[in-house]
Amino acid sequence: MVHLTINGRVVQASEGEMLLDVIKRLGIDVPAICHHDSVEPFGSCRLCTVEITRADWDGWKNYVTSCLYPVADGLIVSTHCEPVNEIRKTLLDLYLARHPHSLFIQKLAAEHGVPTTSYAEVPDGDDCILCGLCTRICERMGFSAISTIGRGHTKQIAPPLKEAPPDCVGCLACAHCCPTGFIKYSERGPKRKIWGKQFERIACSQCGKLTLTTEFADSLSVTRDIPREYFDICDDCRRMEIAATMGRLSQWTREEETAS
Amino acid sequence: MRVNKPAQLTKLRKELVAAEKKHAKKIMVCCGPGCLANGAARIVEELHKVLKKKRIKGFKVEALKETGCHGFCQQGPMVVIEPKGTFYTHVKPKDVEKIVDMSIRKDETIKRLLYDDPSNGHKIERYHDIPFYARQQRIALRNLGQIDQYKIEEYIVVGGYKALAKALTKMRPEDIVAEVTTSGLRGRGGAGFAAGRKWSTCAKAEDTPHYVICNGDEGDPGAFMDRSIMEGDPHSVLEGMVIAAFAVGAHEGYIYVREEYPLAVENLKLAIQQATEYGFLGENILGSGFDFTLKVSRGGGAFVCGESSALMKSIAGEVGEPRAKYVRSVLKGYLDKPTVLNNVESYANVPVIIDKGGKWFAGIGTKKSTGTKAFSLVGKVRNTGLIEVPMGTTLREIIYEIGGGILDDRPFKAVQTGGPSGGCLPEDKLDLPVDFDTLTEAYSMMGSGGMIVMDDQTCVVDVAKYFLAFLVEESCGKCVPCREGLFQLHGLVQKICDGQGSEEDLEKMEKLSDVIMAASLCGLGKSGPNPFISTLRYFRDEYLVHIRDKKCPAKVCRELIRFDIIDEMCDGCMACLPACAFDAITGKKKKVHVIDQDKCTKCGACKVVCTRDAIEVL
Ligand SMILES: Cc1cc2nc3c(=O)[nH]c(=O)nc-3n(C[C@H](O)[C@H](O)[C@H](O)COP(=O)(O)O)c2cc1C
Ligand code: SF4
Ligand code: SF4
Ligand code: SF4
Ligand code: SF4
Ligand code: FES
Ligand code: FES
Repeated sequence: MVHLTINGRVVQASEGEMLLDVIKRLGIDVPAICHHDSVEPFGSCRLCTVEITRADWDGWKNYVTSCLYPVADGLIVSTHCEPVNEIRKTLLDLYLARHPHSLFIQKLAAEHGVPTTSYAEVPDGDDCILCGLCTRICERMGFSAISTIGRGHTKQIAPPLKEAPPDCVGCLACAHCCPTGFIKYSERGPKRKIWGKQFERIACSQCGKLTLTTEFADSLSVTRDIPREYFDICDDCRRMEIAATMGRLSQWTREEETAS
Repeated sequence: MRVNKPAQLTKLRKELVAAEKKHAKKIMVCCGPGCLANGAARIVEELHKVLKKKRIKGFKVEALKETGCHGFCQQGPMVVIEPKGTFYTHVKPKDVEKIVDMSIRKDETIKRLLYDDPSNGHKIERYHDIPFYARQQRIALRNLGQIDQYKIEEYIVVGGYKALAKALTKMRPEDIVAEVTTSGLRGRGGAGFAAGRKWSTCAKAEDTPHYVICNGDEGDPGAFMDRSIMEGDPHSVLEGMVIAAFAVGAHEGYIYVREEYPLAVENLKLAIQQATEYGFLGENILGSGFDFTLKVSRGGGAFVCGESSALMKSIAGEVGEPRAKYVRSVLKGYLDKPTVLNNVESYANVPVIIDKGGKWFAGIGTKKSTGTKAFSLVGKVRNTGLIEVPMGTTLREIIYEIGGGILDDRPFKAVQTGGPSGGCLPEDKLDLPVDFDTLTEAYSMMGSGGMIVMDDQTCVVDVAKYFLAFLVEESCGKCVPCREGLFQLHGLVQKICDGQGSEEDLEKMEKLSDVIMAASLCGLGKSGPNPFISTLRYFRDEYLVHIRDKKCPAKVCRELIRFDIIDEMCDGCMACLPACAFDAITGKKKKVHVIDQDKCTKCGACKVVCTRDAIEVL
């Protein structure tokens, strides 16, 4: 256990925890838009920046991203002091200039007192804030189908060579975690389309409900060592089947009990 | 052959030295990057041909050496004849025959090929006497220009691998770390972190294995110190690395070389092969029982790959992007294992430190910045090139004594140090001693050692714009303050250059710079606003003239200047008419010409061709 001070309150945390986790637990609202509990912290949005100091630092202060900074005994953290607010506002101001049409950014910026940008708007600014959540999720899932291309101001998220990504299994994890809704997908009947790639969804052999894409099922069966037939029926039907089996089992048991 | 014991190395060296002494003369041809670009390879070829044709008593072709950069690249291609140190500059293939006849066969010098001292017009024969060399002290660059860059035997002749033998057989790892700590050696790659501290932390780290990596990325535009060492004296880097590996208990290492340096890669690979054959690398080095293997890793082709965490990712085959971790790479570096990462020049210093002792090294330079530092001196100085001076040498000494002063005797304006994210220092800082802390205190930095001298025809706002553009391009784009902040900062500087800036903009830019520096993830962003901050600090007036008067005093910013013909000077020769590709000039023979400002693109072509100085820039 370590003890640290956050906004004047002495709090306890466990060794190895990141500051952001403790801050959130205290109910303090710190924007952290490149963070997601299911992937490793990344440190790209810099909005979770906080001020840290220690009693023995002689007044010296540092600004660190709380999503990546491990807690330590005696740390003194301020999440909303003037310099930190200034950093956050400036970052949101920059975000607004780059993504003038993003509703997500507009809302967040407004909440932090930045209604419009004071910088030159990027005319063709798109909605991808390069938070890297999609690529990290996809990598975590084991596909690494998409990545960033280029660097600096022209960096983009894209499948390799900007063609339909061969490794994408159409799981939609990326689209679901994208905070700005930049990743588009469409579904029509059994067809699903994402990143320009077409997928066919499996129809449950019992109720006909559409479930995973064939590619996703194939890949899961290989990587998780699950028999491919497992994916032929949907979860609901499987639950019904299990219930039925359980029912039959208990029926047998009762029959055997009465028989003996 | 394999050297199994230090005594064997001593013996080998004696033999090699004796063989070397048999030659009455040695011819050294600089085959560094600059001279090769100017045709040094053809000089070597021609020398081989001529020497074969005319057999010379007491001279064998082995005494013809292709060396690394001699430093004075501007004078290349150059041929040096030892033992006198006769220094021939701007040598052409057709001069070769004469050089062999006069200076190898006989003992005469060819005056025409000697260096002209621009200060008095005198010819100087020996290179030691040239002011450019006289003020220098070479440790990291000790062997450049002195030995054949392709031969391990040459390195052994000058005492190479002696320090390794000492380290492996007479010292314990902790003694080596202590020696490096005593030397005060600070990293030559930019940040100036104490090498001894880094090594000792790594040596003590419990997690295993440990790694040793050399940063040969050298991304700073215009800098070529590391390249010259890797190409011209690769063994000094290898030797330094094996010593480091032994000190910190590493058995594997990498040299990360940027994509644009194929010759460095080739020479390092050759050197690794040679060192392995001789038993200075690989298993049971020098019979000591210590194993260490070394591989060359090709760079990812981005400036940011020089940053330590990005570099380690790049070696591991991932995208070279910095990662934010508040744990130092010396504890969690390559593959998350304890790693010592040092710069090429840092490693090149190590054998000398072990050989001569940390105290000796600490006695050079200043108290807190010991030893020497290599710089690539470029820009508006008379003598450009690669130099090495004791820390604490003043900027003035470097620019005026070694550099020979400003080209065409124009007024000095600023010197930019520290690469793209360094800063510009004005005239009144010229007497500052060059060391890590003084430069940082003056709001510039040592960086890896690029030094660009500027005269009054340089516009500092334009310079800031240039470096910011570089950084915007080279930012990895991962984090917002750097990616978007530098982009906006560059845009605002551009606005000032275009005559559209306001004083509020300046204020806003200062605030933005603070945020970029405080909030960026890696060193690139954290020092990214420096080109702006440092020029603004010392040349605020120049910014204000751009903003208030809409003028560019150095007459560089296109939107703020105009080309005009001075009526009294123009005799209507019509020379400028065809020079203008935009048909902006009209005029008849012997009549004063006029420039149509609407059509003029300010390319300056007319000014170049006008022989009467009739075209002025306002
Ligand atoms: C953006 C960036 C680029 C860098 N490029 C280089 C480089 O090209 N060469 C180098 O040696 N160090 C470079 N560094 C510094 C390295 O990260 C690291 O500090 C250094 O290689 C450590 O070696 P040293 O202590 O011997 O200097 C760079 C740092 C940053 C932030
Ligand atoms: S839909 Fe494709 S790109 Fe997106 S997370 Fe799944 S596999 Fe990756
Ligand atoms: S596409 Fe969405 S999730 Fe991916 S980097 Fe852009 S904003 Fe983030
Ligand atoms: S500061 Fe710049 S170079 Fe460094 S991680 Fe951030 S975007 Fe990349
Ligand atoms: S500056 Fe260029 S465009 Fe303008 S008048 Fe001269 S030559 Fe023509
Ligand atoms: S959440 Fe984005 S940097 Fe921490
Ligand atoms: S390359 Fe020949 S002197 Fe530098």
